[in-house]
Amino acid sequence: MTDTETRLKALMLRGLDGDAAAYRECLAALGVRLRAYFARRMSGAPGDVEDLVQETLLAVHLKRSTWDTSQSFTAWAHAVARYKLIDHWRRRKIRQTLPIEDHIGFLAAEEPDPGVGLELDRALASLPEKQRILVSDVKLTGLSLAEAGARAGISEGAAKVALHRALKALAERMRRADG
Amino acid sequence: MRTDDLIDALAQDMGPSRGPRARLALVGGLGALAALLLVLAVLHTRHDLMQAMRGGMFWMKALYTALLGVAGYLAVERLARPGGSGRRGWMLGLGVLALCIALGVWQAMVSPDIQAAVRMLRGHSWHSCSPRILMLSLPMLAVGLWALRGMAPTRPTLAGLAMGLFSGGVAGTIYGLHCPEHTFTFIALWYSLGVLLTAALGALIGRWALRW
Repeated sequence: MTDTETRLKALMLRGLDGDAAAYRECLAALGVRLRAYFARRMSGAPGDVEDLVQETLLAVHLKRSTWDTSQSFTAWAHAVARYKLIDHWRRRKIRQTLPIEDHIGFLAAEEPDPGVGLELDRALASLPEKQRILVSDVKLTGLSLAEAGARAGISEGAAKVALHRALKALAERMRRADG
Repeated sequence: MRTDDLIDALAQDMGPSRGPRARLALVGGLGALAALLLVLAVLHTRHDLMQAMRGGMFWMKALYTALLGVAGYLAVERLARPGGSGRRGWMLGLGVLALCIALGVWQAMVSPDIQAAVRMLRGHSWHSCSPRILMLSLPMLAVGLWALRGMAPTRPTLAGLAMGLFSGGVAGTIYGLHCPEHTFTFIALWYSLGVLLTAALGALIGRWALRW
């Protein structure tokens, strides 16, 4: 546990300094821990587990400035995960009063692959086209932000802003559409 | 989408991100400025401002509300982060409030008679003091709650309460430029009420607006 804290904190600090590789490694390691954390608490709903992992990673990313670097990083990340889990349960309760169609859709859903979330795709599909293409170019085809921006016909700076907005919108939509 | 792909996208979005302290300080500055403009444009400063500033009570009043604002800041600075409780801020706020109420009660008790105590309690502006502090704090409360939405409060009601205390304290301090009241008895009741109303409004809005 202490080892994990030391390692993740060091990676995160380097990430905050702009080291993208360290940041990616930190989020990946965090993702593994989050998967185990949520799976233990949500037996029988593996698809929801991955959605929560992704929602939490988005939150960790977007809220990273609220981590006080003089404090434990894993404790902070755990508090984020805990909040997301409680929020998920709270919204689930609300959802139970919704019409039956949702339930049928839920029953008909295929067993998802581990490591793949469905909610994020749904949120992604609802983004404006430009933002959607930008996100999928950056994450799927491995283009750099500058290249993806050029393909979308915008400068790197504009692509940066657009990507950030898209991620914020994704976080918001995932939260609202949780189910 | 695969989680690995999401992480790749996140790693591309690495602009600098200002922490809660800097953002809350900015909120405080903007809020004070907005309240000051409202005082100058709508309420006007008290006509004996220069003279009053040489007296002790003007500064005691400012100190009281400023400390309530500091308490709110300390609380919200912690509550803006996951798992934060803001205990230090709440302790300071309660301590300052209790001290002011004790001074107000003491001042009323040593007054020559009950009429004098009631006069102190009502002052010249008892009916408008609290609502005006609430009104002056609204711009800061709005900006502050909006800024909090970009942070990560896991106790939304308490975070809103703390933001309201911060805003009310700042607004109350600026309101001192207009308000000629000069007794602890008055301040302990009406200033405190104005600040607490702002805090309550912050809690009410925070409860549903600060989820993320």
